This record gives sequence, C-alpha cells and structure tokens, in this order.
Amino acid sequence: MMKKKLLVFLIVFFSITVSSFSIEPDIFVQSTVNRASKLLGEDISKNEKIEKLKIIAKETVDIRGIGFYTLGKKRKSLNEQEKKRYAELFEGYFLKSFSSRLAEYTNPEIDVQGKERLNENYTIVNSILKATKERPEIKIDWRIYTKNPDNPLIRDLIIEGLSLARTQKEEFASVLSSNNDDIEALFKVLKKFSQN
Amino acid sequence: MIKKIIVILITTFALVSNLHAGSDGELLLKKNEPSKIKDCSETFNKASFAINQGLDKVIFKPVASVYRLMPSTIKTGVSNSLNNLSNVVTIPNNLLQGEFALAGINAGRFVINTTVGILGLFDVASYLGFEEYTKEDYGQSLAIHGVGPGCYLVLPVLGPSTARDTIASLTNFFGGDAWYNVTVRNDTHYFRDIDYYSSKVTSGIDFRAKNFDSIENLEKNSLDFYASVKSLYLQDRQQRILNSQKIIETQDDSDWEEVETQ
Repeated sequence: MMKKKLLVFLIVFFSITVSSFSIEPDIFVQSTVNRASKLLGEDISKNEKIEKLKIIAKETVDIRGIGFYTLGKKRKSLNEQEKKRYAELFEGYFLKSFSSRLAEYTNPEIDVQGKERLNENYTIVNSILKATKERPEIKIDWRIYTKNPDNPLIRDLIIEGLSLARTQKEEFASVLSSNNDDIEALFKVLKKFSQN
Repeated sequence: MIKKIIVILITTFALVSNLHAGSDGELLLKKNEPSKIKDCSETFNKASFAINQGLDKVIFKPVASVYRLMPSTIKTGVSNSLNNLSNVVTIPNNLLQGEFALAGINAGRFVINTTVGILGLFDVASYLGFEEYTKEDYGQSLAIHGVGPGCYLVLPVLGPSTARDTIASLTNFFGGDAWYNVTVRNDTHYFRDIDYYSSKVTSGIDFRAKNFDSIENLEKNSLDFYASVKSLYLQDRQQRILNSQKIIETQDDSDWEEVETQ
C-alpha cells in the first residue's frame, strides 16, 4: 500500500514538474526580448552590452542548427573534422554579428502579438518592434524550434517577411561559389569577420 | 477571317491557361524562388551595384539622414502622399490580376485621400476602415499570369530588379502610369516633368530614410553585401507576387527538416 502511494506520488510529482518546465514559445520570446531590452537600456559600455548579449544568444538561439542550415547543400560534403571547425567558426561569426547588430539599439520595445504552430518542431511567434521618431513600426516573426518544449530555441528572425537565416544562407552560397566551392575560403572569411 | 478567329482563340486559350497556371500558389512560389533566379550578368550587376553604392554615399544617405530628423507628421504626410499617388499604377494592376473588388476599394481610397485627405497627405481611407493598402505593379501582374522572373538585374540608379520586372516597368512610360502621362508624356499645363521626377527621387529618399539603420547594419555585418541585397530583394518580390502576409507560405522548410537529421 505504502509502495503504491509512493509510486502515485512520484508519477504526479514528475508530471507536474515536467509540465511546469514546458515553456510556451510566445512567452519564451517575450521574456528573451525583455531580457535583451533591459540590458540594452542599462548604463554600461557598448562592449559590456555585446558580451552580455552573447550570453543571452547562447542560451536562446540554436546557433549550431542555424549554422548548418546556412551552409546549405555544402554541409553534406563536409567530413566530421570540417563540420566541427565550421560549427566553431560559425558560432564566433554569429555571436559577433548578432550582438553588434542589437547593440546599436537603445531600449527597443517589442510586443508579442500572437503565435502560429506549424508542427511539433516549429512555432512562428509574431511580434511588433514599436515605431520611433526615426523609423516606422517593424513586424518581426520568430521561428521557434520546439522539439524540446522545455528548451525552445530561436532558429530564425523574419523581419517584414524577410528571413535572416535565408539571407545568410544565400550570402554563404555566394562566398562559396566565388571561391570554387572551397570550404577553406569560407572558413577564412568567417575567421576574419570574427577577429575584426 | 477564320485565321483571325483562330489566332484570337489561341491567344485567349494561352492567356486563360496561363492565368490558371499562374494562380496556383505552389507554381508561383517555385517560379519566383530567390535561390533559383540566375545572376546571368553578374559582372554588369556588380558594377551597377558599385555605382549605386557610390550614389548612395554621396546623395541618398546624406539626404536621408537629414530627412529622417524631420517631424514625424511631415514624414508621414510625404509617405501617405507617395502611397496615394502609386494607386494610379496599383489600380490597373488590380484589374489585370482579376482583383476587381480590390480595384474598386483602391479607387475609392484614391478619391477619398486625394480630396478629403488633401492630395493624399492624410490617409483618411485607412481611418475610415479601408483594407490595408498594398502596392501592385506590372511585373507582379506578369508574374501572376505565369511569366517567370528571368535573370536577376541591378540597374544603375534604379537598383535591383529582374528581366521580367524591368521589361514590365516600361509599361509605365507607354501609358500605364497616369501620373507619368499627366506630367511628362502629355502637356497638361497643370504639371511639369519635374513633378514626376521629384516624386520619384522623394520616394527613393523616403525608402532610404525608413530603412536607414537596417541598411547600415546589413552593410556592416554582411560577409557579402551584394548577395545579401540580392536575397532580400528577391524574397520581398516573391512575397509581393504571392500577396502573402504570412512567412510560412513563402518559406521552404525542407532544408530545416534536413538539418534535423544532421
């Protein structure tokens, strides 16, 4: 009897714990945006902001997934060592590009408006970057990877209908095609970008 | 006579079948897929791109940086006025695309905004609850009827385009743009050539000012700025042709699925 009670208790406990850790994609986006927005409004140097933004990005963005998507068909021809090297270089490139883009904004106000579940792996979260004196309102959609509902991750930003991941993918394809499809050339460009 | 009828029938059949083919979203999506559009004249395009970047640095960027500091009411008024003017191209294209109800709505919008809205400075129609305005052009109409984009082109001064869109835009100079007709083509005594050209330049400055930070950011953080602009332009075109507000309709998910199995 005691054993049965304990078993029921454990099942209930774990089911509650598991469900309480599952994060809704729209809440995830809003909380990520609030974190970044609070940071950008802080009275700290631009370099400090960039370093802190990198931490947020590492926790909330599927950098590895975006990296391999960006590489397009070329990823099929890489060996394990090249894949490892690419993943490292891409992370450096991505974090620098992402954080320096965001660091330009001061206190951006983003409101999550809704979400659309595409399938069990993806949900699109719709949001609006509020207008300022200098620029009009901007529509931003977030492609959220929800395969692990406890740990949703950002895979793409779609600004006014234009996908950043897709743009980056075509940019990488252009670098490869103008260098005879040589992956080393892409490595070199990524390394140079990260070091500048 | 019989020959004429046959020609008319063949032409009508071709147009109708194109209309059906063109109205198929899947086919439209495939035909206008950015990664499938070839950059046939890359050397010429890159040279044009360099010229345009030079013009941007010397003219558009400095003017836009001053323009964006103007009061919001003035910028909104200018933007509204340019949008209102673009109705004279949008309405015939609504008709060409078979969107008759939308053509009626846009005609109503144009009349209200030109009169009550004082030459389009105020968007009274939106205030009255008219449907959100979407610009249409002759390139989009050709695409809807099944014409593919052809090669990617970068035109000096005018910027990114495709072979189809460049040819289609010539319609504006042969009677397809009422604003061009009353300013440049015909001597109406009410307008001058300068009115047309200044509206086009203002439109360019308005676009540059609205996207000032985005363009700066993109240029600074791109590995290949030419490729980024090409991709963004073609994605935007694809979406406009499909008249899609939803990214899920225009984005190909197959590559993401492949990443899953990496």
